[in-house]
Amino acid sequence: MIAPNTNRTNESMSNTETLKITDLHVAVEGKPILCGASLTLRRGETHALMGPNGSGKSTLGLAVMGHPAYEVTSGSVELDGVDLLELDPDERARAGVFMAFQRPMAIPGVKMADFLRHATTNVRQPDRKEGEELIPMREFRKELRGKMEQLKIDPEFARRYVNDGFSGGEMKRAEILQLAMLQPKFAILDETDSGLDADAVKLASASIAEIRGGEMGILIITHHERLLEHNRPDVTHVMLGGRIVETGGPELAEELHRDGFDRVRADHPKAAAQEAELEKLQKEEAVG
Amino acid sequence: MTETAVQTGFNQDAFDAFLAARDEPAWLSDLRRAAWEKFLELPMPSRQDEEWMRTDIRLFRLDRFGFPAEAEASQLDQAEEGLLRQGVEVGGHTVAVDSRPLASELSDRLREQGVLFGALDELVREHGDLLRPHLLARAVDPFQDKFAALHAACWSGGTLLYVPRGVEVEEPLHQLSLLSAGGVELGHTLVVLEEGASATLLAESASLDPEAAGLHCGAIELLVGPRATLRYVNLQNWGTGVWHFAHQKALVDQDANLQWTIGVLGSRLAKVNQHVALVGTGARAQVNGVMFSEGRQHLSYHTLQHHEAPHCTSDLLYKGALQDDSRIVWRGMIKVDPGAQKTDGYQRNDSLILNREARADSIPGLEIEADDVRCTHGATTGRVDDEQIFYCRTRGMTRNEAVRMIVAGFFQQVSDRIPIESVRVALGEAIARRIREYE
Ligand SMILES: Nc1ncnc2c1ncn2[C@@H]1O[C@H](COP(=O)(O)OP(=O)(O)O)[C@@H](O)[C@H]1O
Ligand SMILES: [Mg+2]
Repeated sequence: MIAPNTNRTNESMSNTETLKITDLHVAVEGKPILCGASLTLRRGETHALMGPNGSGKSTLGLAVMGHPAYEVTSGSVELDGVDLLELDPDERARAGVFMAFQRPMAIPGVKMADFLRHATTNVRQPDRKEGEELIPMREFRKELRGKMEQLKIDPEFARRYVNDGFSGGEMKRAEILQLAMLQPKFAILDETDSGLDADAVKLASASIAEIRGGEMGILIITHHERLLEHNRPDVTHVMLGGRIVETGGPELAEELHRDGFDRVRADHPKAAAQEAELEKLQKEEAVG
Repeated sequence: MTETAVQTGFNQDAFDAFLAARDEPAWLSDLRRAAWEKFLELPMPSRQDEEWMRTDIRLFRLDRFGFPAEAEASQLDQAEEGLLRQGVEVGGHTVAVDSRPLASELSDRLREQGVLFGALDELVREHGDLLRPHLLARAVDPFQDKFAALHAACWSGGTLLYVPRGVEVEEPLHQLSLLSAGGVELGHTLVVLEEGASATLLAESASLDPEAAGLHCGAIELLVGPRATLRYVNLQNWGTGVWHFAHQKALVDQDANLQWTIGVLGSRLAKVNQHVALVGTGARAQVNGVMFSEGRQHLSYHTLQHHEAPHCTSDLLYKGALQDDSRIVWRGMIKVDPGAQKTDGYQRNDSLILNREARADSIPGLEIEADDVRCTHGATTGRVDDEQIFYCRTRGMTRNEAVRMIVAGFFQQVSDRIPIESVRVALGEAIARRIREYE
């Protein structure tokens, strides 16, 4: 079993901690992409974030993590009252936010185990300065091996270079492994099911449920029902044209899976127009 | 030509005095005199020369330098142990400052086995007949250019490693060459492995004052006899004011093995010719290069893998990371002679640019005159990618940690080829130390 996250959080506090995104506006290269996104995620909760391709889901995650290309033009992101937007990306990670990337980056030549040892040390010891001791190798190896066994990940993974030459599915499994090791307070999982076959999604879904225990707040960005199988959303958000246009319960996720986004577009013509606008811009750029 | 030479510290009077004081075998003095004539005769290389097109030495003033001064014993106290010796049980070591030998040791066991290791200029007096066929006779051409001639005429100190037939030297030998502030280093390295011998030599250079000016005009000759195995590591870690000119050549004989690793961190400007000649059937050579440049450094390395005999393998991997406004030039050539069938040749150069201002020139080349060969080459130039940095940062690493990790990853492939841990660690740490705060 994965040990509950006791080293960081006072039990009685845990459910009051929130990741609060308020009216977030984000631009890329001066182009507005997000035009007002709000949601509040509490520890222990599962939220689903759904929306057509290009609606701004990844942008929301990357802005929360502090990607330098995603400029927050207004709005706020707070972790339990702390202004995340003031922090560097690594400080945000150390504060307890994590994102599993839709497209993780390869770091050739850097072994998964070394990468994770560094990452895990920094996240567990937020005040560690560069050059200070890492978690002892043996202790770390043992823990990593345990997690890999539990997640049914080939031990060979630890010796491979981070995402280098990984298949789409392997990358997603590697992201889940990182989630398991880093044990954040809040995790954004961006299409952690894409590129996986049905069995693998099932495994991923179960793994995520196991990793999070009752402590983690997770925001699952997905197009598929399967990932939600073991992670039934308490809240479902629908994003369209850079806005969160609807927020509902688990039944909203079910409806969208069943019927798609046509009803949402019809009910939110302004966002639908924005979506069309963004698509047009995109096409022009692709041509020009 | 003679006029310019007279103005320098390397003038006729100084040369005559240098030679008169040396007490060397006549053949060596003759060689020096011939090289000296050549030195006077040859022009300074210029950018009109194909080889020097990318390497501007107009600011280099030979007249600022002269014959090395006498070493002072006090310099030994300043001398550090070097980077490559850490944690290594060595069979012997030498230290020289400004190509004047200061200390030299060799284990009794190796001495009894007939191994020679120490200052070349001392050993050549005693073992002239043994060394004559090898020294500046088979590998490096003493007349190749002005620097080669200057070196051949004026070299002093230096290092000899001679391993007799069949003797296998297990413990690495270590050589540390130091430069004083404003000093001149003209050391010559000669390694001779007779048939079936094996040895590991860890050589490194450094400056006592890491920012002072200096001149190294050197040559390295590695003569690997039939079925012999040589591992040679050469870490160039001069201070940032040093001009470094060198001709380095290995001859690898039948079924012999050479692994040659160079670490290039230092000097203001380096112009090196590294030449591996596979002269006996079935010879194998692996060449590893780890380079890191910063500030305004200019590092120019011309490599040649010359397949003169059939069934030989050569495998060269050079990796360089560049910081600030520095520049690395790598020009590689695989040359296959008509008779060198079944050649397997490989060369690759990867560059990683850490700043917009840095520049890497990577020029691979093949010159193949046999028809049954496999030769491949490749070169890549990349930048540290902001997306990679961001990815690492979302895992709690600072920007610097991320850059250091990405750079270490870049060198991993070549590091994996180096079997000596102290060398891997020394290079890795030296590079990590040099990576500047990024923002
Ligand atoms: N780095 C970027 N550069 C330019 N355009 C971007 C970038 N990231 C996202 N966009 C644009 O922002 C919009 C939303 O993208 P994204 O957040 O990836 O959508 P989703 O994840 O919902 O599919 C799209 O039009 C996309 O092209
Ligand atoms: Mg996306």
